Amino acid sequence: MAKFQISRRKFLTASSLGLSSIALSGCDAFDSGLGIGGGLRSFLENANGLTWRAQRFLAGRDALAPEFTEADIRQPQRPNGVTAPDDDTYKGLLANNFADWRLEVTGLVEKPLSLTREQLQNMPSRTQITRHDCVEGWSCIAKWTGTPLSLVLDQAVVKPQARYVMFHCLDTIEQSLSGNIKYYGTIDLIDARHPQTILAYGLNGKPLPVENGAPLRVRVERQLGYKMPKYIYKIELVDSFANVGGGRGGYWEDNGYDWYGGI
Amino acid sequence: MDTVANNRSATEADGKDTTLVYRQSRWTRLTHWIWAFSLFFMLLSGLQIFNARPQLYIGKQSGFEFNNTILQIGAENTANGPRGFTEILGHRFDTTGVLGWSGPPGQETPRAFPAWATIPSYYDLGTARVVHFFFAWILTTTLLVWLIAGLVNGHIRRDLAPRVSDLRKLPHDIFDHAKLKFHHTREYNTLQKMAYGGVLFVLLPLMIITGLAMSPSMDSVLPWLNGILGGRQTARTIHFTVMALLVLFFIVHILMILAAGPINELRSIITGWYRTDPPAKHDQPTERSV
Repeated sequence: MAKFQISRRKFLTASSLGLSSIALSGCDAFDSGLGIGGGLRSFLENANGLTWRAQRFLAGRDALAPEFTEADIRQPQRPNGVTAPDDDTYKGLLANNFADWRLEVTGLVEKPLSLTREQLQNMPSRTQITRHDCVEGWSCIAKWTGTPLSLVLDQAVVKPQARYVMFHCLDTIEQSLSGNIKYYGTIDLIDARHPQTILAYGLNGKPLPVENGAPLRVRVERQLGYKMPKYIYKIELVDSFANVGGGRGGYWEDNGYDWYGGI
Repeated sequence: MDTVANNRSATEADGKDTTLVYRQSRWTRLTHWIWAFSLFFMLLSGLQIFNARPQLYIGKQSGFEFNNTILQIGAENTANGPRGFTEILGHRFDTTGVLGWSGPPGQETPRAFPAWATIPSYYDLGTARVVHFFFAWILTTTLLVWLIAGLVNGHIRRDLAPRVSDLRKLPHDIFDHAKLKFHHTREYNTLQKMAYGGVLFVLLPLMIITGLAMSPSMDSVLPWLNGILGGRQTARTIHFTVMALLVLFFIVHILMILAAGPINELRSIITGWYRTDPPAKHDQPTERSV
């Protein structure tokens, strides 16, 4: 029995030493396995797919994000990301108050559209006081007014093979050696047709300011802020985003955020 | 092996009677180590996520034009160069080197929690979220497995459920712990039951609930949840506070294991077998084996 005790003690000492050396050298190894496309990361990302399916199952198509009261609007909407696009095209459109701006609806649709601000604003609108949740962790409550995206999609008549709505934006989010990258993002048709998904042109009872995405941004209320592109000029219906940017479905997705931003 | 109540009597080299009892079922041991592993990764990835917004608020939203911040970690320029600070309820502390401003000498950067406390070590919110949510699934699944196994095999009722006698023993138990006098028995003492029960039935469920409350999609499924918790930003603050309590539990847990005899304690959570104290003899002065 005494022998058993000693060998056990030796075993525990050796294994704890071994574990701590693995932990020390493991930090760097762990870091390096976590790059986009890395095997370890791809494995861990399976959990995001599980989260997406579980939350879609629970929330269904039409469960509404909580809406708040006027009393909850206590501050201007916090702007984030690009707040003053430096692009010449954008600055030209801004100079005459977006009179020349059009929203193009293209891709897998029967009737491509080109809508002016007035045409969008003459369509039925929805106003909602909702909480904007940033992936960083902060929240801000504001009142958004816009055209339900589903009405625009109905007008363009989406083809059956379309699966995603891609938003093309006017703002340069990153200047790289291979050229300027303008913000882009995708949502699926379930979120696109959600009753609270609107193309917002109004904020807190006033026209949408430049820092919050004028003339048009999307609100996807069951997801985080990076899923709601600003400065939109084109909506494209696609069956896949594999060949766009890094193939992960959006600018921030190509930089490591998950395509599903519901958590 | 789980179902057979085994007692192994053995005689140590010094001649004292000791008894090995089968104390921890394989469910307890397995889930314990999966939790330990998962909580390690959740803590370090969680601190990285916090670094993206190193402020905690009370209420539905974050105050930018009004003040509802109760904790802030940041860096500021002073006459003595950049300093890190931590501000709790308006009280500011200099935490240079650890919180707010840290890094190798000459290469310090502004970051709330230092590189050695985060996964990844460099700033990467997206990757931290991948790690955090992966282990969130592991932790939650393991908690459910443990709950079912613990109800079926009687572990929760037999070992964790507090009894009237536990309450009676509490003052004496606190006294014994304060003197680092430990009784090695098959049963948990009152403070152990409170600590383990508190972690498993209060802290971890609260962690999961406040985590879900921060998800905008889950808010559409359970719109009342943030109402109960006091708003999404309060939920985030609770999430962070429970993290601190779990870290506190971990520190005390390790100290108690070291004080109570690490070999014996580790053996029981690895193999299940635990060496109990010899039965006290009433006609002799109580003598404790060392």
